[in-house]
Amino acid sequence: MTPPAAVIKDTSMLKQKEMISGNYRKLETAVADGRKVAATFVPGNLNELIMCFDMLNNLPEINAIQNGLRKKTGAYIMEAEKRGHSEDVCTYVKADLGMIAKGNIGPDGQKLPDPDLLLLSYTGCFTFMKWFELLREHYKCETAMLHVPYQGDGRISKNMISYVVKQLREEVIPKLERVSGVKFDIDRLRENLARSARAEEDFVWVLESAKARPSPIDAYFGGVYYIGPIFTAFRGTEDATLYYRLLRAEIAERLAAGQGPVTPAGDMPAERYRLVVEGPPNWTSFRDFWKMFYEDGAVVVASTYTKVGGLYDQGFRHDPDHPLESLAEYCLGCYTNRNLPSRVDLIEQYMEEYQADGLLINSIKSCNSFSAGQLLVLREIERRTGKPGAFIESDLVDPRYFSPANIKNRLESYFQMIDQRRGGGKSVPARAA
Amino acid sequence: MRAFIGIDLGSTTTKAVVLDENMDVLGRGITNSRANYDTACKVAKYEALLAARFTLLQRGLASVVAAESRLEDFLGSLERSFRLGQFVEQLDDLEETCLDKAKGDRFKGREAAIAEAIRLIFVALRADAPALFARDARRKSDFFRDLAGSRFMAVGQETAKAANLSYDMLLNLYDKAIIEVENRPPSGEIKDKLLRALARLIDVSPELADLVAEVSDPVRAALDIPAEEVAVVGTGYGRVTLPFSKEHIRSEILCHGLGAHMMYPGTRTVLDIGGQDTKAIQVDDQGIVENFQMNDRCAAGCGRYLGYIADEMNMGVHELGPLAMQATRSVRINSTCTVFAGAELRDRLALGEKREDIIAGLHRAIILRAMSIISRSGGVRDQFTFTGGVAKNEAAVKELRQLIIANYGDVVININPDSIYTGALGAAAFARRAVAN
Repeated sequence: MTPPAAVIKDTSMLKQKEMISGNYRKLETAVADGRKVAATFVPGNLNELIMCFDMLNNLPEINAIQNGLRKKTGAYIMEAEKRGHSEDVCTYVKADLGMIAKGNIGPDGQKLPDPDLLLLSYTGCFTFMKWFELLREHYKCETAMLHVPYQGDGRISKNMISYVVKQLREEVIPKLERVSGVKFDIDRLRENLARSARAEEDFVWVLESAKARPSPIDAYFGGVYYIGPIFTAFRGTEDATLYYRLLRAEIAERLAAGQGPVTPAGDMPAERYRLVVEGPPNWTSFRDFWKMFYEDGAVVVASTYTKVGGLYDQGFRHDPDHPLESLAEYCLGCYTNRNLPSRVDLIEQYMEEYQADGLLINSIKSCNSFSAGQLLVLREIERRTGKPGAFIESDLVDPRYFSPANIKNRLESYFQMIDQRRGGGKSVPARAA
Repeated sequence: MRAFIGIDLGSTTTKAVVLDENMDVLGRGITNSRANYDTACKVAKYEALLAARFTLLQRGLASVVAAESRLEDFLGSLERSFRLGQFVEQLDDLEETCLDKAKGDRFKGREAAIAEAIRLIFVALRADAPALFARDARRKSDFFRDLAGSRFMAVGQETAKAANLSYDMLLNLYDKAIIEVENRPPSGEIKDKLLRALARLIDVSPELADLVAEVSDPVRAALDIPAEEVAVVGTGYGRVTLPFSKEHIRSEILCHGLGAHMMYPGTRTVLDIGGQDTKAIQVDDQGIVENFQMNDRCAAGCGRYLGYIADEMNMGVHELGPLAMQATRSVRINSTCTVFAGAELRDRLALGEKREDIIAGLHRAIILRAMSIISRSGGVRDQFTFTGGVAKNEAAVKELRQLIIANYGDVVININPDSIYTGALGAAAFARRAVAN
């Protein structure tokens, strides 16, 4: 493995960094610049629509993640708990509320603006609604709620799409117009969506490069960087389109050279295990967590977390010809809006298409709604594929719930279990002991 | 003797198993893990190699000493003589170390009195030693720290009083010295020590003189067989601290699965309750792990839980099971937290519940936790093998049997008297296999 001195960042990475800090800079000066700000969530976010009103997009989940990576969330969570939020509440929520309580200083050290609109564009996570209720109480600002029906029977019906479109027309767009003072222009939306679709095409190409052996990317630890622009405040921008073009070119080079993924310790020398991972990573010990994988040659070839902001690899693209319908379809199609059977089907598909050695579930302690049923998912995948599964538990941004010794122990056991199973189960003579 | 060694570095004890080329167990060794895995590893290995030597002696003498009971009697006497010799050696070391610790300004003017007190204590300890290793002697523990410590405390109090010295000060010297002594791995060749033990045997048991003369040559022959450590594999929580390369380290999940399979080839589900974790492992018909679950975030329901309760009750951990077996009913303990269980325990005592009934309830509580982990791993399949330190606790076993039968029906439940060595056995098998491959 090349020494960690090789911190030469890829062009795409530098580009993304600049995009993120650029957005934070715009948020910092929003009031002075007279820009209106919407706060919204990752799954089902309507970035292309928000852009039509010259509004900025501030994503509380992303702030929590960025603060988690910077090891600031422990103190924020304690602050929120001090203010009466229980230990069992989603730690993204507590990290956000704690940050606000401590002066709303954003991850890059500058004050974040108060939102002008709380845009709840996805209701599959009930906690989102409660989160915004608390924020509304705090900011006393406008709230728009888009009710997105759950895919209870695993499919999106025409009625569901027209139900969401109707709300967009009658509730969300008029509110955005009122708050921003900008008239809605559907052609502007079409242009944004066309750029999104171009970026989505390149993004899917990057994700699918992991089908190669060795995989040129890690679709989980690397994947969380790759989803950055498309899941957040950049989908529909020229910047995002350019980012994915750069990224695709870089990955294409790695693929052609037969290289494995880039890790914080340099290029990964040998791919020993190919895994599919379900569940978000732990952010407060992200590097340590990743190290437990790459040190043992484990590469994540597909993950469901990189689908929470849209299942582009299943063929969905934002469609300029059907702008509102495609926004509705996008909201309805997020991974988090899928029922258990279709989650199982998707994971099974990944296991096969990406030739994975097994499924690993990182179950999130403070997310009961998403973690429920994960053991059943694991069993079902083991049954269908015959590949071994493993289950670990940690948390999103609460550093107290990441136990490195325990997690490492389970991962090592799991990797060795894969080795052992590969050995075809060589018989061990069982003599009297 | 080509030895394949597995070492399981647990949080409480460190175990070693020596296998021969045919995968037969030659010897097992166990020691307390202390805070020093390196020493624990050396001591456990030394003990296992010693036990292996006894196996060789047994094999070598089987044809010479026809009567099996006579041979066992002789080997038992030899081992006791060896243990006594080793114990006295460590006492000498401990005395010297205590004296060494009694130097410095703090002790000015009292050096002679302290030295004399220590000398008297160790005279008493040495005088007591043969009784500890006499035939049929019952020892609460085989670990030097426990044996020497309890006697030191018993003798020390009187000695301090007579010498007009502080007992706490003497105890403090002991505490400092014991850490050093138990962290010094045994020195010297096993062979020489066994020969000395053999010579002492005649002094202690003159009735064995004829037999000793008779077996002298085959004993020497068995002791002369060179021991070749072909491969060592480590497992358990302390495994990363072992001076082994990565390929000589295996996860304890794999080792327990394989070890249980070797003990009972029909095993499909393994439950291991150790000091700080509970593991439920599903294995296939070759002992290969198919699935596993472990306790996460909390160690309530593990061996340490019982240790904590024993402390709360002012009892030894090994006394809990027998006490619980005297229960006429089981008091319901709801807590899933070790510390809260202590609070519940005191509450129940205050309410007038009987000690044995409360302890029975606590055993049920830890097994209920284990049942939940078993469910997560995929339930119980026939046959079921229970391993780890807690498998030695009869009350825990009783509760487990009841719950397994109630939830999974008529399943064969295996509990091996040597189940504490399951992980080390699996590791030794991996060592053997690594060479075979």
